[in-house]
Amino acid sequence: MTMTNHRPRPDRTPAPDAPSRRTLLRVMMGTGAGLTLGLVLPGSEPAAAADGDNTTDAGSADLAPNAFVRLARDGRVTVICKHLEMGQGVYTGLCALVAEELDAPWDSVHPAPAPADAALYNNLYWGPLQGTGASTSLANAFEQMRRAGAVARAMLVRAAAEAWDVPPDEIETTDGRLRHAAGDRSAGYGEMAAAAAALPVPDPDTVPLKDPATFRLIGRVDLHRPDAAAKIDGSALYASDIRLPGMLVARIRRPPRFGATVKSVNTEAALAVPGVKAVTPLPAGAGLAVVAEMPWQTARALAVLAVEWDDSATVTTGTDAILERYREQAKTPGTVVRNQGDAAAALTKPDSVAIEATYDVPYQAHAPMETPSAVAHLTDSGIEIWTASQTPTTDVLAVAEAARVDPARVTLHPTFAGGSFGLRARPDGGCARDVAAIARALAEQGIGAPVQLVWTREDEIRGGWYRPMALHTVSGAVDANGRPTAWRHRVVCQSILKGTVFEGPLMGDGIDPTCVEGVADLPYAVPNMYLDLHMPETGVPVLWWRAGGHSHTAFATESFVDELAHAAGTDPLALRLDLLRDAHPDMLNVLLLVADKAGWAAPLAPGRGRGLAVHRSRGTSVAQVAEVTVKDSTIVVDRVVCAVHCGLPVNPSVIRAQVEGAIVFGLSAALRGRITMDDTGAVEQSNFHNFEVLRMAAVPDIEVHILPSTAAPTGIGEPALPPVAPAVANAVFAATGTRLRSLPLRLKG
Amino acid sequence: MARLTVNGSSKSIDVAPDTSLLSALRDVLNLTGTKYGCGIAQCGACTVLVNGDAVQACQAYVGDLGDAEITTIEGLSGPIGDALKAAWLTHDATECGHCQPGQIMRAAALLAETPDPDDAAIRTAMNGNLCRCGTYGRIHAAIRTAATSLSDPAKG
Repeated sequence: MTMTNHRPRPDRTPAPDAPSRRTLLRVMMGTGAGLTLGLVLPGSEPAAAADGDNTTDAGSADLAPNAFVRLARDGRVTVICKHLEMGQGVYTGLCALVAEELDAPWDSVHPAPAPADAALYNNLYWGPLQGTGASTSLANAFEQMRRAGAVARAMLVRAAAEAWDVPPDEIETTDGRLRHAAGDRSAGYGEMAAAAAALPVPDPDTVPLKDPATFRLIGRVDLHRPDAAAKIDGSALYASDIRLPGMLVARIRRPPRFGATVKSVNTEAALAVPGVKAVTPLPAGAGLAVVAEMPWQTARALAVLAVEWDDSATVTTGTDAILERYREQAKTPGTVVRNQGDAAAALTKPDSVAIEATYDVPYQAHAPMETPSAVAHLTDSGIEIWTASQTPTTDVLAVAEAARVDPARVTLHPTFAGGSFGLRARPDGGCARDVAAIARALAEQGIGAPVQLVWTREDEIRGGWYRPMALHTVSGAVDANGRPTAWRHRVVCQSILKGTVFEGPLMGDGIDPTCVEGVADLPYAVPNMYLDLHMPETGVPVLWWRAGGHSHTAFATESFVDELAHAAGTDPLALRLDLLRDAHPDMLNVLLLVADKAGWAAPLAPGRGRGLAVHRSRGTSVAQVAEVTVKDSTIVVDRVVCAVHCGLPVNPSVIRAQVEGAIVFGLSAALRGRITMDDTGAVEQSNFHNFEVLRMAAVPDIEVHILPSTAAPTGIGEPALPPVAPAVANAVFAATGTRLRSLPLRLKG
Repeated sequence: MARLTVNGSSKSIDVAPDTSLLSALRDVLNLTGTKYGCGIAQCGACTVLVNGDAVQACQAYVGDLGDAEITTIEGLSGPIGDALKAAWLTHDATECGHCQPGQIMRAAALLAETPDPDDAAIRTAMNGNLCRCGTYGRIHAAIRTAATSLSDPAKG
């Protein structure tokens, strides 16, 4: 099975079927939020979508019954994937769903990225917005993709029935072939594709779906990724790999501190460097770009570029001071998010034991292996963009504005993403917007060549758009029987949504859900529960990161429940089971399974400890037991055992990979990397030597146990991350008696 | 003008001697399978073979390479390359894929030098190659599978 290779077609003009301005504006305004568009009606989009703007070999589609499935006369099936493949395996999942209902053999199915189109390719959970994130891809598309495949199969069956003059229900389909057993007739799908295409398209909402008991691809453990081969032989194209004739390259000079803008710039020396074409400012304080024929020319030009920065709106506060400010703010009441019972009264009951703890997490960079990159080609007919985006339809708007073209004249060619973790979902369009602005500036100088912007690692690490720093102050009480009676929780965390295009649709009540998700819905049965929130502004650009708010809320909640257990003299597993008894059965089940697999009660040698955490996010329940060894104040994580309930396991291998990956990603933040700013506001990290992430030598043994389920699939890309840090912190406490409440976890020597 | 021997053929390229091998490969020769990840030899995404040794191309310079035989992911062939690529598929070792050419090149150098690496040898050899998707366990298993198949093709 090979991956469709996304060779660019530089001569292509913007597609006439690009989303209308009205559609785009509705997305931007968020007026359609909450609206769920069902399967797009057959025939409502051109059959050309499969050959789809950036694929060259899916063009021979003979059957194109909907926006997602193309069948060629050679039997090749192309699945048009509305979600970005950024490593999470979404192509495998979407292809498996279609191929399952279509009864197509796995090696005949090939993924191709969908063009940006909010009407055809929207995330069904997000209204008229195309997007990949929050672990929603497979969950939102589960039935949609199955129905898309089932429609194609139904048309093939009917075509065969007519050709052979037999009843359709006597025709069986297996592995890409139609058979009429009694009449001894059979045909490959490809042979029947043209005849099927001439038939009316059945209603996807009523087309029969398979009985899950008969699934042969869904749930199969040996289904390999369709994108693997191209990634192994080096032919997979990322935006940084795009090469167009005459393409120029751009590199940027960032402001030295957040909020600084260009006051004046002397470009003389930079423009004198051979090969350098232009120096141009970027939108929204993103700095300046130098454009040249070759990357090393941009480096020379940047070295001699003299910029004077306007610091009137610059962030000149360090992270220590910001955290201190958060601590002060945590002493005052915030906006109430949740309030049941009377937590304040319960905390002061004389027969109770009350404890209080404060947890903090730092800013985090995403550090995907491929830095953000994008290519733009601005012509008289519009602008083409090659990039990998989690939010392509809002990027199109940002590109249109930056390039000063009509949104209908923006064509976005999706590439693979070399990781993302939220970084390629910037509400302002990010790198795509910036390269569009550069292309516009070049056009003003009469330069019509395509241009590629690639961030350096330093641009990425120092450039902001971090997971926000957060502070949690939690108080709790246990009664004389050891039962928790009160939980009072205060979060201080910068809003990600405020001031963005997503504020309207997602922040209706003035509370940014990304600050409190995981606490606001804390399932523990504590009778008096209170949560409030401060959303301070810092001027540091912040963004979603793998697991969003859960990445910090679970550290606080799962550390604190452990502290409550110790205050009550109760086993941490027993307390959790007790507090969850009326909540989600799958949370109980993952706890019981992980405790069993990890040998929760088995003794450990001195200096070693075992810690537990359970958390539910994106509809998925995950429990983990971490085993650590502490020696000379160094924390070594030896083993992580994980149990996960994510509904029907569509691709078990992908699920395991996502769980393993989320644990590794979470361990990087638990043990290694953080972003800090010195007391002038300058970011102190710049690259992997001082923004450390986990390397192979530090990776623990990871065991993944997937609970069987027939429920609809839930998220898997993120939910295994939140429990890691608290499980390790709880294990360190078990090993040493020292409670660590700051990430990354550091024991004082 | 400089000369480079890449994947078995001699290339004449119009760059200064202080041009990095990474830039020569990616920006001049359009061999984009070798990736940029950090530019300071901290991530291994740009790992290629120079006379069989794993080298981070961002810190190698065209003028220093002389007649060295440079092998990139596009030119990786032979029993070790084939075994690694097959094992990578078997173990689904790729996620986003951006680090994987460098991982595979580093693993190729390891197996050429140590045909039967133990756990510690694999961890040591691969420790300079970052993967943010967290495929380390699968990469480790794939290297073991490749080593096994090379020593006994019947088992591979």
